[in-house]
Amino acid sequence: MADMRTIAVTVNECVYRREVETRMTLVDFLRHELDLTGTHVGCEHGVCGACTVLVGGASARACLLLAVQCDGAEVATVESLSDGEKLNPLQQAFQDNHGLQCGFCTPGVLMTLTEFLRDHPDPGEAEVRDALSGNLCRCTGYQAIVAAALDAAKRMREGA
Amino acid sequence: MKPAPFVYHDPRSLSEAIDLLASLDNARVLAGGQSLMPMMNFRYAMPDHLIDLNKIGELAYLHGEGDTLRIGAMTRQRDLEFSAEVGRRCPILHEALDHVGHRQTRNRGTIGGSLCHLDPSAELVNVTALLGGTLHAASKCGKRDIAFAEFAAAYMTTSLEPDELLAGITLPLPGRQYGHAFVEFARRHGDFAIVACSALIGLDRNANIADAAIALSGLGHAPVRPVSIERGLKGQKADVDAFKAAAAEAAKLDATTDAYVTAAYRRHRARVLTYRALKQAAARAMEKANG
Repeated sequence: MADMRTIAVTVNECVYRREVETRMTLVDFLRHELDLTGTHVGCEHGVCGACTVLVGGASARACLLLAVQCDGAEVATVESLSDGEKLNPLQQAFQDNHGLQCGFCTPGVLMTLTEFLRDHPDPGEAEVRDALSGNLCRCTGYQAIVAAALDAAKRMREGA
Repeated sequence: MKPAPFVYHDPRSLSEAIDLLASLDNARVLAGGQSLMPMMNFRYAMPDHLIDLNKIGELAYLHGEGDTLRIGAMTRQRDLEFSAEVGRRCPILHEALDHVGHRQTRNRGTIGGSLCHLDPSAELVNVTALLGGTLHAASKCGKRDIAFAEFAAAYMTTSLEPDELLAGITLPLPGRQYGHAFVEFARRHGDFAIVACSALIGLDRNANIADAAIALSGLGHAPVRPVSIERGLKGQKADVDAFKAAAAEAAKLDATTDAYVTAAYRRHRARVLTYRALKQAAARAMEKANG
């Protein structure tokens, strides 16, 4: 018999109530129960960072959290960033600086940087690289991601 | 992959958690989930019951008490990383945390989880060995204090009994006059180290070494304190020759070969890192003596 629980999770400011198997990870909950497929499933063991979301404002691997652990929590995913079709300054900086190629790692990178730039509005390149050390990208070689992050920080400081 | 089915328990108190642990078969305790969750996703670990400690507030604390630091098992690595008290009273813990995983994993990962997972080169395990920490286990039968030397039983295996969980840890703090250093070599920043070395050095009035402590990780199943090297440093002038001699001794310690790294390479790293750690710790001790 599957072990089930009813949980209520606030995702991107909407409360979702679902009955889930307790072994369901947060990333599968987001994708399969809520159809929020912006968050990607990569390695499923906490190494690649593709599934990074914010839980209570702090970045976390959604593959290493159970959905049931997020009962009552506030989760923010990549879908929270844009205002409809209008990209936020971080997303726009990624587009303008070619900060993505295949795009698989991008949702995790954006959520990592959302937390990082909130706490470090004026970072240096080394700090950006350190912040990104937990997100693997196999396309870009990171230069364009770092450039996008620094550009985004500048735009946000200028109130874009 | 996905975890195999289990029954989930989220107790709200330590006593509730240890009651569950005593009564359930094939139960595992879940802390920050940064090691056990991957193991469950891979189905290396398939517990029938998962006892989640994340809702037990009494297990997350940080108290300075005299010349010790008492830390609850569920204290997040990130809270230690940003604690001014840790920075002031136990800077080596801060320096070690710089190497622990990534921000996303430190936000969730706990000190108790690191210690119980007992990866051979885990940084928090190394610092606990260096400082001679005491681990506080709790079970239905009562509480038990375990010295770190008795805690690491075998490769990734603690001496906790099946009905025991780690509730907290006490770290004796080195005196303020000590210089510290934590250095490691890993393939990528944030990975588990191939070899890590931490050191503490206290100087006497003549700037000779009054006391030295060294912990080396990555050579065997748990960090080692090479006491003969530590003793050999006492009374010596804190100079490059002394550190080189100590490093040469570190290169003779037992080391294991695995699929990725040979024993000879681990010993080479032990020599290089011991030298660097001692040199930096002594320089910091000297700064404190002059400052």
